[in-house]
Amino acid sequence: MHFSADRSEFYVACADDDQIAIYSTAELTLLRRIRSVPAPETFDLHPDGRRLIVSNEEDATASVYDVESGEFLTDYETGEEPEGVQVTADGRLVFVASEAANLVHVIDLEADEVVADILVDTRPRRFALTPDQTELWVSAEVAGIVDIIDVATLKLVGDILFTPTGLRREQVTPVDIVMTADGTRAFVALGRANRVAVVDVATRSVIDYVLVGKRAWGLQLSADESRLFVANGLSDDLTVINTQSLEAITSIPVGLVPYGILIDDH
Amino acid sequence: MIIKCLALALFVWPVPAVAQQDVHIAYLGLADDAYYDAQPGYTGLSLRDRKRPIDGARLAVKSARTLGRAMGVQIFLDEHILPDGSDMLAAATDLANDGVFAILLDLPAQDMDSVIASPYKMPTLFNIRHVDDRYRGADCAPALLHTIPSRAMLTDALAQYLRYQNWTRVLVLHGADPDDAAETITVQNSAAKFGLRIVGDREFTLSNDPRQRDLNNILLMTRQESYDVVWLIDAVGEFGRYVPYAIAEPRLVVGAEGLIARAWHWTWERNGAPQLNQRFRRLANRDMESEDWAAWAAVQALVSAIAASKAITPQAVGDELRSADLSVDLYKGVRGNFRNWDGQLRQPILLGTHNAVIASAPLDGFEHHADRLDTLGFDQPETDCLLAQ
Repeated sequence: MHFSADRSEFYVACADDDQIAIYSTAELTLLRRIRSVPAPETFDLHPDGRRLIVSNEEDATASVYDVESGEFLTDYETGEEPEGVQVTADGRLVFVASEAANLVHVIDLEADEVVADILVDTRPRRFALTPDQTELWVSAEVAGIVDIIDVATLKLVGDILFTPTGLRREQVTPVDIVMTADGTRAFVALGRANRVAVVDVATRSVIDYVLVGKRAWGLQLSADESRLFVANGLSDDLTVINTQSLEAITSIPVGLVPYGILIDDH
Repeated sequence: MIIKCLALALFVWPVPAVAQQDVHIAYLGLADDAYYDAQPGYTGLSLRDRKRPIDGARLAVKSARTLGRAMGVQIFLDEHILPDGSDMLAAATDLANDGVFAILLDLPAQDMDSVIASPYKMPTLFNIRHVDDRYRGADCAPALLHTIPSRAMLTDALAQYLRYQNWTRVLVLHGADPDDAAETITVQNSAAKFGLRIVGDREFTLSNDPRQRDLNNILLMTRQESYDVVWLIDAVGEFGRYVPYAIAEPRLVVGAEGLIARAWHWTWERNGAPQLNQRFRRLANRDMESEDWAAWAAVQALVSAIAASKAITPQAVGDELRSADLSVDLYKGVRGNFRNWDGQLRQPILLGTHNAVIASAPLDGFEHHADRLDTLGFDQPETDCLLAQ
């Protein structure tokens, strides 16, 4: 899910229906659909506010659509099961993670081609860019780590291993990553570990682990960053964390198998 | 980890300046293999519909295309389905001399035995078919790795579930097939391992002769003891399909019918499995079976080893396959790698009905000092494989 550039609309990828549904944020009504988008899994909105770059999970491609006209613009070949999509703030590069191929593909939108394939650890899922755009963080779900790529050189420069007490390595399956706007802190949903890791970005060290619900996947920070919301895929609820005290305040039952979160609080 | 990652990071420009290295994987099978024949019962119906699992291997090679491009490697699957009477050992030796990186063995036991006993240096040989424990034990071989689970892993998985559910009194029914005899021993071992009590063990015969009612009358066979569950051992399947709902007590049947332990299930919903099942369906036009998954996993493991290997040679990649750091995505939620005492791929086992997975072993609560996956099958202290690994 994503807001439009002015947040008046939001977009939802409907993989089983091969379409992107567009809703009014204020009215929560369906406005229109972009149809014939092959199995859209994840997507990112280009800074120009017009282009949507979508990973097509079943087709090993990433495709670009005009969000106003619904027109298909172009696509790029990726490895199997592309998921995470991340556009740089200057709109020049798009990163796409291909889960099955353990690759991060780098698409140069101006050159209109894939310019690099970076081998990362097993099953890369989602991205976060540091606010200064120098580092790309990618979660490697099966490997249980977050890989860190230097954007300038497109090389792996580090990684973070998560070791919550009492859990085996295979029980830690990181998925979503969010960073604070000042780039000092990152939060990583650890999937099967049922926890969220709190990471100091500069030192790449884990400050704390916060226990949430079953299979923590999607994350979202409130606008003032005082609250972190966690979608727990296997307990059908949402956990709310106080980001100052790093404590879980409450968990709220939601619908079946919650996946991602969008907050209308600007 | 970080050093390995730095060594692996590739920066590939899409101009053809990158030298492509060819990697060949061989698939060795027998053309008129009785294993794949229909198995008509006396009415002419066939209960068995085995398909050669080469489709699994083909899928993995196809899926590895992009990764191969990034590594500067082109992967080929060479299919060698040889006619009846062929010398498989000679064929395998020729493949080894041709520099193949691995051979997937889809051979009957006799041919399998001759190939793995080869006096020549072999590339990695993948067992994608035989569950017999002897290949992980006394008949293990240095080049042999197994992606299909062993019989012991399958019965351990079911035994863990029975223990977990507290259905500990087990009535065993088994047929006269040699595979049934092997499986009965494995079931007894699993029961002892997980504290189940086998309250009775009956052999059945496919017959209507009333003089043999002790061997063919399901009610009679199942009303003498008290039990929580019936564990059915029936490789052929003709008798066993009539057992559920026909036993004297209202009890569930597990083993060959009812709740069945498998390496893979077409409805597995977690760990990205639907994507794998859908890709397989598009390629092969049928559901992915355990053997298909085992062939797929063999190629998947090889590709992961190539990605991690320092040099792209059969030897270096073979060493990487056996490394404890190998990380293969099995689509069952764990990093797969091979046991260094018997070459068995560690993996969860799916316990399912015909249309759902009820549980995945190892079950919660079964612990191990090193790796919980090693609660299934032969652990290091128990192995009969005497190779110095």
